[in-house]
Amino acid sequence: MWPIFHKLGSPRWFYQMSGKWLPWLAVLSAALLACGAAWGLLYAPPDFRQGNSFRIIYIHVPASMLSMAGYVLMAVAGAISLIWRMKLAEVAMKCAAPIGAALTFLALVTGSIWGKPTWGAWWVWDARITSVLVLFFLYMGVIALYEAFENQQAAAKACAVLSLVGVVNVPIIYWSVEWWYSLHQPATLKLMGKSSMAPSMLYPLLIMIAGFYCFYALALLLHMRSEILQRERSTQWVRELVSRRTAGV
Amino acid sequence: MQFDSLQALWQMGGHGPFVWAAYAIALCTLLSIVWAPLARRRRFFAEQRGIERRRAARGQGAAVQQRPETP
Repeated sequence: MWPIFHKLGSPRWFYQMSGKWLPWLAVLSAALLACGAAWGLLYAPPDFRQGNSFRIIYIHVPASMLSMAGYVLMAVAGAISLIWRMKLAEVAMKCAAPIGAALTFLALVTGSIWGKPTWGAWWVWDARITSVLVLFFLYMGVIALYEAFENQQAAAKACAVLSLVGVVNVPIIYWSVEWWYSLHQPATLKLMGKSSMAPSMLYPLLIMIAGFYCFYALALLLHMRSEILQRERSTQWVRELVSRRTAGV
Repeated sequence: MQFDSLQALWQMGGHGPFVWAAYAIALCTLLSIVWAPLARRRRFFAEQRGIERRRAARGQGAAVQQRPETP
């Protein structure tokens, strides 16, 4: 079992393996996103109460899900880097922050745009919206904290601690619609059992969620690869990569 | 198809500005998430090419200690 972890901890192995996965992930995420968006925009029936503005769901819900899942990934990577000092985990944590911040921003903006025709307001200090805003600030905090330290190891430790402390926000976001009186409706999607959304509306949403997950994986790999190149720039394998590229191979 | 014409698709029963703004922002955001590391990678290789070229010009190419992969 330990040889697997040793391999997983090798930046070079990761760089080489991820290079093979990238084209598949790119094609898969593009196909899923294009199919889901087209289905949701053109073929899903308009909502009885909200009309066509509900189509924003096909961006808003997947972005929100990934903003939370991405934070949990960042926190888990932080924990692994703290406990086992695995370099790749540290790279994953660092790279998850800007991607998660961008997706949280997207969730907030699309939610705001959706809120205007639905609730009559661009912004409401609703429990879920407020806690997602806090999530955005936590992501920005991790990014800023990395830049604040000159020593990379100290920066990684501080960011791991911040990620772990902030992860309590994720269940708060998730359960906020149950715990507090909220404008947001309770969960319609269920892992087990029947979702309370019509299939013609649900299926494109599931496709978009899958597409966003594939996209996240693609984005994380791209970020991690460029970070690894930077960190390992004085190693033999990176220098060989550079000279091969220079030679046009 | 839920819309009879391109005009109807664009207007979306009055919700067009909201829906299309949201999708446009989403497209820009997703593209920028992917573009940033690719641009960083291009910059990295350009910088490293310059460094290697300067090293070779100074005749230090063979003499520099090449670090094996860090554990």
